[in-house]
Amino acid sequence: MQADINRQAVYVYEAPLRLWHWINALAIVVLAVTGYLIASPLPTQPGEASANFLMGYIRFTHFAAGYILGIGFLFRIYWAIVGNHHARQLFLPPLFSAGFWSGVWHEIKWYAFAAREPRKYVGHNPLAVLVMHVLFLWMLVFMLITGFALYGEGAGMDSWQFLLFSSWVIPLFGQSQDVHTWHHLVMWVLVCFVIIHIYVAIREDIMSRQSMVSTMISGWRMFKDGRDVDDGH
Amino acid sequence: MTETFYEVMRRQGITRRSFLKYCSLTAAALGLGPAFVPRIAHAMETKPRIPILWLHGLECTCCSESFIRSAHPLAKDVVLSMISLDYDDTIMAAAGHQAEAIITETIEKYDGNYILAVEGNPPLNEDGMYCIIGGRPFLDQLTHAAAHAKAVISWGSCASYGCVQAAKPNPTQAVPVHKVVKDKPIIKVPGCPPIAEVMTAVVTYILTFERFPELDRQGRPKMFYSQRIHDKCYRRPHFDAGQFVEHWDDDSARKGYCLYKMGCKGPTTYNACSTIRWNAGTSFPIQAGHGCIGCSEDGFWDKGGFYNRLTAINQFGIEGNADEVGMAAAGAVGAATAAHLAVSAVKRAQHKGGQE
Repeated sequence: MQADINRQAVYVYEAPLRLWHWINALAIVVLAVTGYLIASPLPTQPGEASANFLMGYIRFTHFAAGYILGIGFLFRIYWAIVGNHHARQLFLPPLFSAGFWSGVWHEIKWYAFAAREPRKYVGHNPLAVLVMHVLFLWMLVFMLITGFALYGEGAGMDSWQFLLFSSWVIPLFGQSQDVHTWHHLVMWVLVCFVIIHIYVAIREDIMSRQSMVSTMISGWRMFKDGRDVDDGH
Repeated sequence: MTETFYEVMRRQGITRRSFLKYCSLTAAALGLGPAFVPRIAHAMETKPRIPILWLHGLECTCCSESFIRSAHPLAKDVVLSMISLDYDDTIMAAAGHQAEAIITETIEKYDGNYILAVEGNPPLNEDGMYCIIGGRPFLDQLTHAAAHAKAVISWGSCASYGCVQAAKPNPTQAVPVHKVVKDKPIIKVPGCPPIAEVMTAVVTYILTFERFPELDRQGRPKMFYSQRIHDKCYRRPHFDAGQFVEHWDDDSARKGYCLYKMGCKGPTTYNACSTIRWNAGTSFPIQAGHGCIGCSEDGFWDKGGFYNRLTAINQFGIEGNADEVGMAAAGAVGAATAAHLAVSAVKRAQHKGGQE
């Protein structure tokens, strides 16, 4: 453990996890754009109906990206089990640890310009863990469940999508219309998350004591000073 | 003993040929194979008519209006005589105390053996005083009749979900039937009104097989409510092609393009309108050029305009939809991020200045 602290670089994110991150990011962009176009379609297409299939292609892209997101998420859970301990961080925030909440508080102070310097972390900082767990992970679960529930409606009552998702999600919300509305609203929650996520990643890269953006590309966390890290690895 | 259905039909002057035609049409409407035609005929010939009590709570009678317009089978000639409709205040001859006496009589005579059909729903506020039948709250009549019934049919969106009288703010506190009747099997036949053929087919199925047809999780018969209007809409190819009506008076409207952008609720509405259609298969709203308003869905009255694609969200005290709320949130987050970025840059510049 002590040996880690003096090292200037630590291998944090393994290749499959990094690959998941970028595929997932791409899938979310595609899903948000096509999803928006499903709710607010492009202007009417000229010509015969038989010569056009625009809405069909948009919906196909949305569903295909949804499958990639869903399969990717299952893989991500698998990787949380078999990967290194950083792969588990997103799934299991230490909500009952006082040190975790003190870390969250310090990060909030750092972002409110009330702390002189952020703490040094090999993994995510506690605030990042909290926000990603609540605002990303659970929102992603929500989108996958409601998304497959809406897909199951078209696939029909005998489809596995309907049996696994639509059969309980639609009655839970009351009817299909409300499932659509919530699916749409949470898309905007994810858009907000993406804005914050990208801003914070770049800001941390510049202003914090460790690398951020390049870490998700190469997997290596670089440190800017030789002092002890605060997440005790 | 009560007459059988067949005896009643013959007494009404219906020939055996017409009777068998009706049996095969009903089998087809129910999605059953030809093998079921003799079974339906046999049931009709041997079974005594099941008495039905048809009660009316808070409603507009559109369910009854739809029901009497059934073409297959002809409600006028067949169903009204076929089912022993012992009480239905809208279409029965008796009135006043005489009519109300029939309810008591039926409940006593056929205790546990009659079907209770409910059109409309009970208001709970002020001890049910918003709907008085024969001097008593409808709530009392409903719970009493339901307690002795074999099963309950919830006709229409009122009985199934609450419908317009349960719309916000729901001053009478109208609730669907299943909120007050909890110990009886209930079949929901939503719609405002439900399609006539769907209503008569449900009755026929119950009479023939003495059980409910297969129901989905919300208690609706799967044979009529397992697909959305959108899934079988004849304008669906225009949807897939991306061809939409943009204004009520544009060229696309004349060409009969998809009404999705005009707020058609077909994609979220489970009903059989696009297959069975209305008035003996003549037409249905979308065919007439108007979008579906989703009348067979729970809460359709509180989802904002019938002509808006996205549901209205009024929780924030402003008229909005998912896009307006989402864009406002994303805009606020974006502005906050930009402001934070500016302060960060200044701070960093100061910090660097301090270091040097």
